[in-house]
Amino acid sequence: MANNSKKETFLKSMLRIRLLEEKIIELYPSDKIKSPVHLSIGQESVATAVCEALNNEDVVFATYRSHHVYLAKGGNINSMMAELFGKVTGCAEGKGGSMHLIDIDAGIVGTSAVVGTTVANAVGYALASKIKQQNKIIIVFFGDGAMDEGVMHESLNFAALKKLPIIFICENNKYAVHSHIRSRRVNQNFCDQVKTYGIDTKTLDGNNVFDIYNNIKISKKNILNKGYNPLFLEIMTYRWKEHVGIEEDFDAGYRDKKELKEWNHNDPIKKLSEQIKKTQLKNIESEIKKELEDAINFAEESPFPNESHLMKDIFSE
Amino acid sequence: MNKNTTYTQAIKQSIYQEMSTDNSVIVMGIGVEDHKGIYGTTLGLKEKFGSERVIDTPLAEDGMTGIAIGAALAGIKPIHIHIRMDFVLLAMNQLINVAAKSSYMFGGNVSVPIVVRCFIGRSWGQGPQHSQALHSFFMHIPGLKVVMPSTPYDAKGLLTQSIRDSNPVIFIEHRLLANTTSDVPEKNFSIPFGKCRVLKKGNDLTVVAVSHMVLESLRACEHLNKSGINVELIDPRTLNPLDSITIINSVKKTKNLLIIDNGWLTAGFSAEIIAKVIESVGNNNINIQRMGFQQVTCPTTPSLEEYFYPNTRTIFEAAFKMIKKENPKIELINQISPNIESLEFKGPF
Repeated sequence: MANNSKKETFLKSMLRIRLLEEKIIELYPSDKIKSPVHLSIGQESVATAVCEALNNEDVVFATYRSHHVYLAKGGNINSMMAELFGKVTGCAEGKGGSMHLIDIDAGIVGTSAVVGTTVANAVGYALASKIKQQNKIIIVFFGDGAMDEGVMHESLNFAALKKLPIIFICENNKYAVHSHIRSRRVNQNFCDQVKTYGIDTKTLDGNNVFDIYNNIKISKKNILNKGYNPLFLEIMTYRWKEHVGIEEDFDAGYRDKKELKEWNHNDPIKKLSEQIKKTQLKNIESEIKKELEDAINFAEESPFPNESHLMKDIFSE
Repeated sequence: MNKNTTYTQAIKQSIYQEMSTDNSVIVMGIGVEDHKGIYGTTLGLKEKFGSERVIDTPLAEDGMTGIAIGAALAGIKPIHIHIRMDFVLLAMNQLINVAAKSSYMFGGNVSVPIVVRCFIGRSWGQGPQHSQALHSFFMHIPGLKVVMPSTPYDAKGLLTQSIRDSNPVIFIEHRLLANTTSDVPEKNFSIPFGKCRVLKKGNDLTVVAVSHMVLESLRACEHLNKSGINVELIDPRTLNPLDSITIINSVKKTKNLLIIDNGWLTAGFSAEIIAKVIESVGNNNINIQRMGFQQVTCPTTPSLEEYFYPNTRTIFEAAFKMIKKENPKIELINQISPNIESLEFKGPF
């Protein structure tokens, strides 16, 4: 069982993501955020649990739905907000937006708008890490939709073949855009499939943050120190909002609000909030709110890139 | 200086020397460590540098390109080899959506130093899916460098430059150039990108040719010279960056431009060269013509393939007509032996 300080740490990380996403929802109608947003509300726990088990040197790759990973891994919040605002002080100088967050210093190396692409990149990063004999674990986050992509399977095969130091995190929220997993495949048991590549697999409950955390902690050690196979974790989770945008979309008819109710009920943010002292929770909340206000002010006050930036960085010098 | 170095040897020297001086350079691809070793260009590398740096890959072009990119993000410099350019089409997502864009879309925070070596095939039944020349595709994309050397000297110097460059480079070889020879220094050297090679100086006609078409054009030039036509023959060598200044200056002098592409014409390299020239000098009584692959899939049988490619004879004819405003006599054409490399070529593939 997790002790109080651990509970507080996890809660703070998840709440920070939740409040940031809610802030984005609040700001979005003002059109200050000049980027499509794929909100991670409901999936905060996955990023928090995984990233709490990592060091700064460990590297993560993720997707267009990565606000949670970016914050949980220690990405600079000011740079993120400025990126959403399209400002030159953004983590990609405004050229990437919400779908292309990056913070090299925090070990967030790449995110992509094209499903599955970063999986191969993460495997390549793990290959490099092995060649250079670095003692770091590479983590790649992707959704169940990525499991439909060919590159996913090419990447799993190579990672197993070369026994690379990588953990695959499949955030299974059961929907790829608006298509339920059962409309996309006969065999929906990812772990059974992935096992055949020579990769260890496990399915975990996305709401059980400490279980996910412990699994990552132990596997990282086993992979780096004992030469274990790469690991594939299928983490069951749920996207509360629409695929892209700030609204709920249960009226669209492709999914039932009953699903959401169940996930609401087991929300680890709610549960952990109930387990710590009210004053403590208040302190955490006001600390986060202050940080968010600062980030928004930073983004607001930052300049947009000017014309001289248009042709910059097509190539690296 | 080593006389009679083949294109294949020149490539091999560059890789060997760069791997010796830079530990971060690795070679990967289907068959890079087998007994054929990509026409010999990778033979012996595994024994020298080990299987961690010379990686025979599964048949997964898209995934392996993504893996090369990921390794590059971590400071490794992969040379990823495809025995035919046609197979690179399987990797377009990673090359165009990731490799070409990463530096820009991440605000200059990352670089992707990969070299994609690939081969254009021709003759002895290469046919529809072993013969495609897709340099124009890649020229279209910001963020990719495109290199297409025609001589062993350029092959070595430009491959070395490609490996040292911190960006994705599409390095395009031609199967029929493999056994061609030239003087190549034994010591490693690099040739900067964005500089044409002027193979022949002349005042009558500017010929711009790439890859194997440089050889066909060179032979045509000799015959044109006998007919009193002095050609300025230019090989751009790198298509991105492109040295259009050298081409434009030559056209200003000759007022005649003939482009011989080793590829299809529609929306391609030749169209780009013409646009660059016209944009710069206007249409000041400049005669312009272009030749390249027929706008059709490459047929396998030699009886049709013969009509698919420009060759020394057809280039000679076109150039002659442009300058003399009449057809060359049939005897003149018959003196020219067509397609030397393609007649001799029977593999290995």
